[in-house]
Amino acid sequence: MKVKLKIWRQKDARSKGKFEEYELDNVAPDMSFLEMLDSLNQRLIKEGKSPVAFEYDCREGICGSCGMYINGRPHGNDHKTTTCELRMRKFKDGDTITVEPWRAAAFPVVKDLVVDRSAFDKIIQAGGYVSVNAGAAHDANAIPVPKHNADVAFDMASCIGCGACVAACKNASAMLFVAAKVTHLAQFPQGRIEAPERAKRMVAKMDELGFGSCTNTRACEAECPKGITISAIAKLNREFIFNKHNDS
Amino acid sequence: MNKLNAKIPDGPLADKWTNHKAKLRLINPANRRKLDVIVVGTGLSGSSAASTLGELGYNVKVFCYQDSPRRAHSVAAQGGINAAKNYKNDNDSVYRLFYDMLKGGDFRAREANVYRAAEVSNLVIDHYTALGVPFARDYGGLIENRSFGGVQVSRTFYAKGQTGQQCLIGAYSALSRQISKGTVTMYPRREMMDLVVIDGKARGIIVRNLVTGEIERHSAHAVVLATGGYGTIYYLSTLALNSNGSAAWRAYKRGALFANPSFVQIHPTSIPVLNEHQSKLTLMSESLRNDGRVWVPKMKGDTRKPNDIPEDERDYYLERRYPAFGNLVPRDVASRAAKERCDAGYGVGPTGLSVYLDFRDAIQKKGRKSIEENYGNLFEMYEKITGESPYEVPMRIYPAGHYTMGGLWVDYNLMTTIPGLYAIGESNFSDHGANRLGASSLMQTSGDGYFILPYTIADYLADDIKTPKIPTNTPEFDTAEREVKDRIERLMSINGTETATNFHKRLGKIMWDYCGMVRNEEGLKKALILLDELNEEFWHNLKVPDSSNELNQELEKANRVADFIELGKLLVYDALNRRESCGAHFREESQTENGEAKRDDANYSYVAAWEFAGDGKEPILHKEELKFEYVKLQERSYK
Repeated sequence: MKVKLKIWRQKDARSKGKFEEYELDNVAPDMSFLEMLDSLNQRLIKEGKSPVAFEYDCREGICGSCGMYINGRPHGNDHKTTTCELRMRKFKDGDTITVEPWRAAAFPVVKDLVVDRSAFDKIIQAGGYVSVNAGAAHDANAIPVPKHNADVAFDMASCIGCGACVAACKNASAMLFVAAKVTHLAQFPQGRIEAPERAKRMVAKMDELGFGSCTNTRACEAECPKGITISAIAKLNREFIFNKHNDS
Repeated sequence: MNKLNAKIPDGPLADKWTNHKAKLRLINPANRRKLDVIVVGTGLSGSSAASTLGELGYNVKVFCYQDSPRRAHSVAAQGGINAAKNYKNDNDSVYRLFYDMLKGGDFRAREANVYRAAEVSNLVIDHYTALGVPFARDYGGLIENRSFGGVQVSRTFYAKGQTGQQCLIGAYSALSRQISKGTVTMYPRREMMDLVVIDGKARGIIVRNLVTGEIERHSAHAVVLATGGYGTIYYLSTLALNSNGSAAWRAYKRGALFANPSFVQIHPTSIPVLNEHQSKLTLMSESLRNDGRVWVPKMKGDTRKPNDIPEDERDYYLERRYPAFGNLVPRDVASRAAKERCDAGYGVGPTGLSVYLDFRDAIQKKGRKSIEENYGNLFEMYEKITGESPYEVPMRIYPAGHYTMGGLWVDYNLMTTIPGLYAIGESNFSDHGANRLGASSLMQTSGDGYFILPYTIADYLADDIKTPKIPTNTPEFDTAEREVKDRIERLMSINGTETATNFHKRLGKIMWDYCGMVRNEEGLKKALILLDELNEEFWHNLKVPDSSNELNQELEKANRVADFIELGKLLVYDALNRRESCGAHFREESQTENGEAKRDDANYSYVAAWEFAGDGKEPILHKEELKFEYVKLQERSYK
C-alpha cells in the first residue's frame, strides 16, 4: 500500500506548528498505525531529518500513552480502538491521512503529536481514590458486592486515561474521564463514604485546569476506545447534586 | 569474600517472616519525616512502595519515564493475581502456594523468600479490594477465582483479561492520594541515567528530563529500584516498547550484583510475528489455556484450514505429552513443546511458526456468552490484530520473550549488595527461580511494595535518623553527572548511518537465536563474538537525530540499546556457566531421553550472582548456595 501523510509538526510548546506532507510506500496491511509511523521515522532519520515525536508504550491498547487525531477523529475511524491497535488494513491504497495532536487548552503540545496530559493526574489527585492505607483492609470477602456493581466498576475502571474524550468534545470537557472514576469508586460500600465529596472536588479541579463543561453531545462516548458510556455522567451529576443539597 | 549474605532468618519456615519482623527496628513518625527515599518506577511495585512509604510518613520522590505513573507496564498484565485464600475450598494454603512456586521455579529460588511471598499474598488481595479493584465476582457477591498453569487449585483473582490494569489503577489511586497529601513528589518523564554511591551507600540518582533534556541530581537516604524486567532485550517481546534494563544495569556497574540474568521466561501464547515491521508481540493470557486446547495437525505441512481438519487428525500435543496437567502445564514447558512441534515441521500459518489455541469445544460446552464473559477483551484484541475472530477459527499463537526471573541480587530484606539500594518487583531475582508461574508476578511485585519493603527499609534507615539531607553538590554527584553527560555527548556525536532501532533488532535476533528458548555451548560462544561485533559497530555507526536538549526519543532508545548490548553479554555468560537445564533455561546438552529439562542439583543448586569487573572484562561469578530444608528436590514432572 501507499499512503500520503499530512502530519502536524511543532518543535516545542513555544514554537509555531505547521503541517508537513510525506509519502510512504510499502505499507503492509498488517502493520499497526504506529508501525507505519515507525517506518516513516526510520526513513526520516536516514535522510538526516527530524523524526515525528509521538507517544507510545505498550502497543496493545492498555497503557493509554498513544493518542492522536487521525483524519479528524481521536484514535481514527475504528470503533473502540486505540491508535496503536489500529491497523493499516482499515485504510485504502492511496489514501491521504491527516494526523494531529490532541487539541485542548488543558493538554498543551509538548512536541509534534505529544501533548501534556498531566491535568488528568491532577484530577485524580483531587479525590479519585478510596482513603485506605496499606494494612488497614479487612478480608476481601467480608463485604459481598453485587455482581452488577462489580461489573459496572470494572467497565468504568477500564478507562486508560488517553484523553480521547477530551479531544472529541467541542468544549474539551473532561466530564467522561471524571465521571468514570466517580462511578467506578461509588460502586463499592467503602467507596460510597467519600462519593459526594469526591465528585465535588474532582469537578472543581477539572474546571480549575481549563477543561470545558459538558453539553451532552455524546462525542466522548462515541470516541472512547474502551467503550465507556455517558451513563457515567448521569451518575456523576447525581453525586454532584446530592452533594450540593447536603451543603445547603 | 562474603559478598552474598542472604540474611535468611533462623527458625521454622512458617515463622521466619514473623520472627524477622519482630526484630526489625522501627522509626518514630517524627523522624520518618526527615528521611528521604527515592523510588524509581511506578508499576505495581514502585507505586505500592511509594504510596506505602508515603502513608508511613517518609519523604518520597518517585520517578517514571512515562508521562503519568498510571502507564507503567504492570498495566498490561492480563490473567490474574494469585493468593492463598482458599476461597474455593480446594485445600489450598500458604504452603501449597509456596510449594507450587518453588517447584514451578524448578527449585532455583530461596525457600524463605518464596514462602514469604505466599504469606503476604492474602493481604495484597484485601488491600486491592479495599482500594476498589473490581475483581470478578459471582452472583452472590463474593469473589471468583480461576485456575492457572502449573497448579491444581483455583487461586487466581482476576478482572477479565486486564487484571494488571485494574490493579495498577488501584495502586495509582493510592499513590495519587499521597501526592495530594505532599508525602510523595512525582517526577514523570524522567529516565534514571545513573546511581550515585557515597561512602559505599546508595545516596541518589542522576536522571534525564525527557522533555527538556536537562540532567538532574536527586539525593535521598535510600534508593529503591522498581524498574521492571529486561525482556525487551529480544527486541520483539510482550513488553512495552520503552521497558528497559538500564536502571538495573547502571546499578550493576556501580557495584550491585546481578543474579541469574539468563533466566528469562518465554511466554507460550503470544500472537505470532505477522510482518517484518512488527514492533511488538501481543500476549494472549495464559488464562485462555483454561478453556482453549492447543494443537497442530498430525500431518506435516497440512495446509487445510483448521476447521476443515477432522478431530482424529489433530495432535493435542500438550494433552498427549502431559496428561496430568494437559493444556495447563507451566509456561516454559508449553513454550518448548510448541517450538518442538514447529521445528519438526508441524507448525501452522504462513511461516510455520505457530500452533492453534482452539476454543471450539469450550464454546460448545459452556456457550459463547460464558467465554465472552471471561476472555472478551482478549478475543477482541486478537481480532483487531489478526483480522480473525477466535469465536470462529482457532487462535494462532507462538512463544515470545516475556518476563525476566533474573535481576538484581537482593537479600531477604530486598537490599542489593550496595547498602541502601533496594530492588523490588521484577527488577530483583528473588522469588521465581528459573521459571515464574502465571499470576505470581502481580502477587510478588505488590507484596514487595506494600508489605515487605516498607518494614525492611526502616531497619536500614534507623541508622540514618541523624543524617541530614544528602547534599547534591558532592564530588560523587559531580562525577556521575559528568559521566552521564559524556556518554550522551558520545552517542550524539557518532553520526553514523544506522538507527538505534536497527541495532536493537539485530541484538534481538542474536539473543533469540542463541540465548532464547534453547541454548547450547557452541551457540552461546558464537553469541559472545556477535555481541562484541555489534557493540563495536554501534559505537561507530549509530545515528541519533536532533539534539540532546529537547524531547528526543531516538536518544532515549540509543541509550537503552547501548546498555542492552552489554547486558546481553551478561545473559550469555550466565547461560554458558549453567551447564544444566532448569526452568526456562534449557541447555541442549542437559535433557532427558524424552527431551525434558534435566536439572543438575549436585553442581548447580545455586544462585549465580555476577559482579562487574570493568568494561571489556569478564564478570566475576559469586555463588549463593540454595539450601532446601522444607521441600525435597525432585524432578519437576507435569505428566
